[in-house]
Amino acid sequence: MTASNPLSFQDLILRLHSFWSARGCVILQPYDVEVGAGTLHPATVLRALGPKPWRAAYVQPSRRPSDGRYGENPNRLRQFHQYQVILKPNPPDMQALYLASLEAVGIDPTAHDIRFVEDDWENPTVGAWGLGWEVWCDGMEVSQYTYFQQVGGLDVFPVSGELTYGLERLALYVQGVDNVYDLAFNDPQSPDFKTYGEVFLENERQFSTFELETADVAVLKRQFEDMERAVPTILAQAGRQGQSLVLPAYDHVLKASHLFNLMDARGSIAVAERQSYIGRIRDLCKACAQAWVALEETAA
Amino acid sequence: MPQFLLELFSEEIPARMQEGAARDLERLAREGLGEAGVPFGALRAFAGSRRLTLVVDDLPIVQADRVDERKGPRVGAPEAALQGFLRSAGVSGDSLVERDGVWFAMIQRAGRPVADILAGLTQSIVARFPWPKSMTWGSGTLRWVRPLHSLLCVFDRAVAPVEIPGVRVGDLSEGHRFMGPRRPFRARDFDEYREALAGHFVVLDVAERKRRILQGAHALCVARGLELVEDAGLLDEVAGMVEWPAPILGDMDPAFLDLPPEVVRTSMRTHQRYFAVREAAGGRLAPHFLCVANIEAADGGTLISAGNARVLSARLSDARFFWDGDRQVPLEARLEVLKGVTFHARLGTLHQRVERIEALARAISPSVGADPDLAARAGRLAKADLGSGMVGEFPELQGVMGGYYAAAQGEDARVVAAVRDHYKPQGPGDTVPGEPVSVAVAMADKLDTLVGFFAIGQAPTGSRDPFALRRAALGVIRIIFENGLRLSIAGLAELADRWGSGQTPAVLAFFADRLKVLLRDQGRRHDLVDAVFALGDDDLVRIAARLDALAAFLATPDGANLLAGHKRASNILAAEAKKEPVPDGEPARVSDPPEEAALFDALSVARPKIGACLATEDFTGAMAALAGLREPVDAFFDKVLVNADDASVRANRLRLVSWVRDEMGGVADFSLVSG
Repeated sequence: MTASNPLSFQDLILRLHSFWSARGCVILQPYDVEVGAGTLHPATVLRALGPKPWRAAYVQPSRRPSDGRYGENPNRLRQFHQYQVILKPNPPDMQALYLASLEAVGIDPTAHDIRFVEDDWENPTVGAWGLGWEVWCDGMEVSQYTYFQQVGGLDVFPVSGELTYGLERLALYVQGVDNVYDLAFNDPQSPDFKTYGEVFLENERQFSTFELETADVAVLKRQFEDMERAVPTILAQAGRQGQSLVLPAYDHVLKASHLFNLMDARGSIAVAERQSYIGRIRDLCKACAQAWVALEETAA
Repeated sequence: MPQFLLELFSEEIPARMQEGAARDLERLAREGLGEAGVPFGALRAFAGSRRLTLVVDDLPIVQADRVDERKGPRVGAPEAALQGFLRSAGVSGDSLVERDGVWFAMIQRAGRPVADILAGLTQSIVARFPWPKSMTWGSGTLRWVRPLHSLLCVFDRAVAPVEIPGVRVGDLSEGHRFMGPRRPFRARDFDEYREALAGHFVVLDVAERKRRILQGAHALCVARGLELVEDAGLLDEVAGMVEWPAPILGDMDPAFLDLPPEVVRTSMRTHQRYFAVREAAGGRLAPHFLCVANIEAADGGTLISAGNARVLSARLSDARFFWDGDRQVPLEARLEVLKGVTFHARLGTLHQRVERIEALARAISPSVGADPDLAARAGRLAKADLGSGMVGEFPELQGVMGGYYAAAQGEDARVVAAVRDHYKPQGPGDTVPGEPVSVAVAMADKLDTLVGFFAIGQAPTGSRDPFALRRAALGVIRIIFENGLRLSIAGLAELADRWGSGQTPAVLAFFADRLKVLLRDQGRRHDLVDAVFALGDDDLVRIAARLDALAAFLATPDGANLLAGHKRASNILAAEAKKEPVPDGEPARVSDPPEEAALFDALSVARPKIGACLATEDFTGAMAALAGLREPVDAFFDKVLVNADDASVRANRLRLVSWVRDEMGGVADFSLVSG
């Protein structure tokens, strides 16, 4: 990292794109359905299942309505950005590749303290878990590194390695800034320079109010139930090649999951109900996972 | 003598699993060599963040030859059977030996090369290593805690013939990820290995890593007039996270010192694995932190220190957000949140639990000298912090935060202390509350849990104690002991039984078991504990006093002899009871023989004395009164034949013997005393 010329937020993304592109990844666009984490993109959740090799990288805006702070907290956002890499099967030198990617964005591992700290990842709503670490750079968690073991309640083989970089955190680190809204979004030397705040602060303000205070709970609940009913219906429908319509069905799982997050942020989910909601989403996800695996195995 | 060196080199092993892994590696190696009958000298195992290492000294090159014997047919069995046996054993008739009419085949087994045995052992260790959690990776099926990359596996300076799919086996290893040459090195024995690791910036031995951390940390602190806040658990964890420990003393924004010190320390520890630092004079937290990096950076750690300081600021800003926000809401208002939190499906919500604790704390307060209104108030507020942001973030600060928030809203100091301390004692090393209001709430908290789970049939069984009821009972016992409280456990259990479960006897028996364990752990004799417990008392302080007096008494010659007398009395009465009912009623005083008269007189003197002593709980006095019986009892049994021919004489003597037993039985159940 050269203090005089740190990477802007978008240059950080471009560096990671070119790094992972050079290592065989398809560079995808963010999934256009609201999700709480980059893992939920079908390019990770579904592609991690089944026997076919797969390498992909993409940015995913991740929405966490409960974390809304009206743009008033320098570190917490209701929508942040994850840089997601999936390597299936994970190559033996995946840790070395990851460390090289940090060097590519300007973090010199001989000048910083980079550590792999135990963190067993799990996402109960998609029935997924894996073993791995939080990666720390000078005490700051800059990535999540996971070897998937199960997805949608199914054992995976081969195993995918998943990297999730917290882009805002990484940028705060690389730019040496304390407030996320002060991050340089593009080149500070440019006449069209914009900070992160100029791009996203208004989103945080409006969505925080909507998601924490005004979203219509009755509507959310109805929509959730609609999505829940739709999933098995869609899965039972067949495409022209006779396949189950897993991908559209999975979109509806994602929508259900986001609606649940919104209801949760509105405080309308009683503690006792939480587990049951999560279980309902997981069941939907499992149904999609099974259908996807059946499809992949037939194709393979 | 030949040495075996094995290093299992993997991606980062969770710190909390390393100590157990070293133990398991050592155990598996010992067992495996033992089963193979291979003698060995020193055997050591090491664990660190990327490697497990085993070194075994003084091994033979070849396993000793062995003779296995196999049982065959009886002598005189048909020839065909004998031939079949020889074929299956793979030996000729020369190898047969006869013993007790049976043929045995003596099968000579040539010793195998130890290199092969070690290779097999290594493969079996890798295949069945008991990691608490393991995984597969890539396209392989091997399981390890994280991907296993390579084995350095040498015996007598040569690579052992180990084969594990997907794992390199040889005499190479790697050092620190970023420091030193960053190239693999070769090692053929432990000395070379250890030296190469040091040259590649890896400290192999966890004890040495801890020593360096502490030494470095203390030196940094002392140089600035500071003191490290030691934390053994954190030291263990940190020592498992670094291969080349480099302590760094960082600066924290002093503005954060207005946060409660527990918050600062917990945030440092939980999120960042930093040690806190305090002023050498005065003991207050200092605006610094001690982090242990895994690298000595070229700039002396300036960048690392600054980066860590920035993360800590973000963390503490978060903590301040909760601290400020939490104090805006009165604790009472947070109770609403607890209505939505289930404590246990069959024991209702946390809010219902709060109401029970409130009532119970009030009910207990007279017997512990607490103000009932204050105890009830504290009981009501004790759990309110569970709804606060800070406790949501740091569950281990429950109680502590409640205390701060209670103080902030101007509660009575005794209520504040009770809210803060009501979880105490949380373990054998924890302190016990002493202020009466705290005592009332701490007991109410534990009794509600205990009696509640008994009421719904969830008493602990065997080693299963999912609701930590043993700890709760032990907590109540310690509170009672350390405060010298005079209470009936049964009475407490009744007060706590809001369910009308009638489980008091079971709860009482559970307490008795815990108390026995505790007293035994304190070195009290198991049989004496039983002897006192058999009296059915449930006042713990009295039980302990009686126990100590009894132990002291039995250590005297009078006590030991009287115990023998008691045994004799019991045996006579038991033998008699088999024939016909032992006569009841008071004995009469007879003047002849004199020993019978003397015993009658001694018992007549002892009875009121013992009664008076027991009434005033003067157990030492009661024992002293018993001591007065020793001589007459001994003389009686020596000189007087209880089983006299004359039925009325015998009956009177039996009544006298019963009296001896009963008088002693009021003090302790001597029949349960061994020796």
